[in-house]
Amino acid sequence: MINKSNIGEVTIEEKGFKLTIKQKEDAVQQFLSAPLQSQQYAQAPLPQQPVSSSAPAAEKPKAAEPVASNLITIKSPMIGTFYRSSSPDKPSFINIGDEIEIGKVVCIIEAMKLFNEIESEVKGRVVKVLAEDATPVEYDQPLFLVEPI
Amino acid sequence: MFKKILIANRGEIALRIIRTCREMGIKTVAVYSTADKDSLHVKFADEAVCIGKPASADSYLNIPHIMAAVEITNADAIHPGYGFLAENARFAEICGEHGIKFIGPTPSMINSMGDKITAKETMIKAGVPVVPGGDGLLESVDHAKGMAKEIGYPIILKATAGGGGKGMRVVWEESEIEKAFNNAKTEAAASFKNDGIYIEKFVEEPRHIEIQIAGDQYGRVSHLSERDCSIQRRHQKLVEESPSPFMTEELRKRMGEAAIKAASAINYESVGTIEFLVDKHRNFYFMEMNTRIQVEHCVTEEVVNFDLIKEQIKIAAGEPISGINYEPQMYAIECRINAEDPYNDFRPSPGKITTLHQPGGHGIRVDSHAYAGYTIPPYYDSLIAKIIAVARTREEAINTMHRSLSEYVIEGIKTTIPFHLQLMKDERFRSGDFNTKFLEGFKMQ
Repeated sequence: MINKSNIGEVTIEEKGFKLTIKQKEDAVQQFLSAPLQSQQYAQAPLPQQPVSSSAPAAEKPKAAEPVASNLITIKSPMIGTFYRSSSPDKPSFINIGDEIEIGKVVCIIEAMKLFNEIESEVKGRVVKVLAEDATPVEYDQPLFLVEPI
Repeated sequence: MFKKILIANRGEIALRIIRTCREMGIKTVAVYSTADKDSLHVKFADEAVCIGKPASADSYLNIPHIMAAVEITNADAIHPGYGFLAENARFAEICGEHGIKFIGPTPSMINSMGDKITAKETMIKAGVPVVPGGDGLLESVDHAKGMAKEIGYPIILKATAGGGGKGMRVVWEESEIEKAFNNAKTEAAASFKNDGIYIEKFVEEPRHIEIQIAGDQYGRVSHLSERDCSIQRRHQKLVEESPSPFMTEELRKRMGEAAIKAASAINYESVGTIEFLVDKHRNFYFMEMNTRIQVEHCVTEEVVNFDLIKEQIKIAAGEPISGINYEPQMYAIECRINAEDPYNDFRPSPGKITTLHQPGGHGIRVDSHAYAGYTIPPYYDSLIAKIIAVARTREEAINTMHRSLSEYVIEGIKTTIPFHLQLMKDERFRSGDFNTKFLEGFKMQ
């Protein structure tokens, strides 16, 4: 069950014992080992995970979490690979708790060797990151939750 | 063989392609617009990628979005289905440039048949009969008279900018041509502000009979016999059948040979269809070539017992065709069930299907993406199901079709089931004596 989920690491602490399960994150590992060329990504091998699976019980498209009514979801305007920062050694464009303005670059989505900076269309505080770094995203896929301020 | 195919289409044909891929052990990727997120092809495929907003231009026709979906899923081939990008040479070219196999012919094959004038010239060179006509506009009555004599009466004068029957005059003998020419010119000028007229042989009581072909990259082409698609409303096919009630052994041989000649003339690779007009004397004329899989391919599949999608994928993967010409072993009829109201001029009827019970039993094939609770989106075509009845005689196929349509329950939307029910009981349809004009005289009861 752990294998099929996207969970990277689980820690369970109870009286008397502590259990930590770590999932090998193929996607992230490939991302980190890609050679860097002047702050641009080299062609990182794309993760093999499907964007969504087709088992009848699975939710399609990627599950929309119940969103508190005042929160705004920044959704992907394109199809490609989602990156939190402009290169592996750079910090993420935005983090939980950051206050962002309209026009702030929130992420990069890469398709066909073109890196597209995605700008926020809302002003607010980042509440949650909904997509995983260096994974494929589809059109309209939820990326960030923002509380308008 | 391909490991993963992305299906750049939707609805029943996407399902059709996914089914064959499953049997061949090939992984599938469905693409869908936001309007299609509950569509069956999305649920059936191994992976699915949302590629844009409902409008086709934003999704199923959006080449960059589709190519991005190919990239993130690592598909190695694209099946374009029918419609959308299936005959878009630029799309086929882009696939090639990205190292993705386009399951269909090459861009130049698509182009050579996409342009009607080039196609006609290619056919003439190949020795395939075409609707005789002059190229170019008629300069004068005398010019018209001369061409008409060459072609042979009856002829039809057509407006070059024309459509909807305007600027058209059928002429049966020379004494009528001057008046017809002047009237056609006047009408064309009034309707299209362009009084240019050209001339073609008038094909009397034409039947639309098409030949399915398959060609491989090794230069081999063979045919899989005919489909009669004469039952059309406003040039949209509603019913198709094989064998054609008008066919003879001899005509099938001649048309089959002509179809092979036509495909060979462009070294055609993949499956395709040559459409002919056939007159009451069993003269046939090339109309056009469809360089893709067609909606009605199922009819041929049932009478020849052959998986055309599988063949199409195998050809694309470099396998040779068998080289055999296949003849119908059974009788099959297909009825296209559309979400339209036949009692109100076939007005489209999108909406939610509240109850659905599809027909079944011996001799019935159902190709459909509909399910109870499914909402038909208003953005795409109205085809919701294809019902194919197969039997040993034409009469039995018609009776089986009628039986199955009478048990078909769809509630929540209007469909063309009542139209097909009435048609299956129609004496003239049952007699097999009909042509493309048939539905003009057909009234819903």
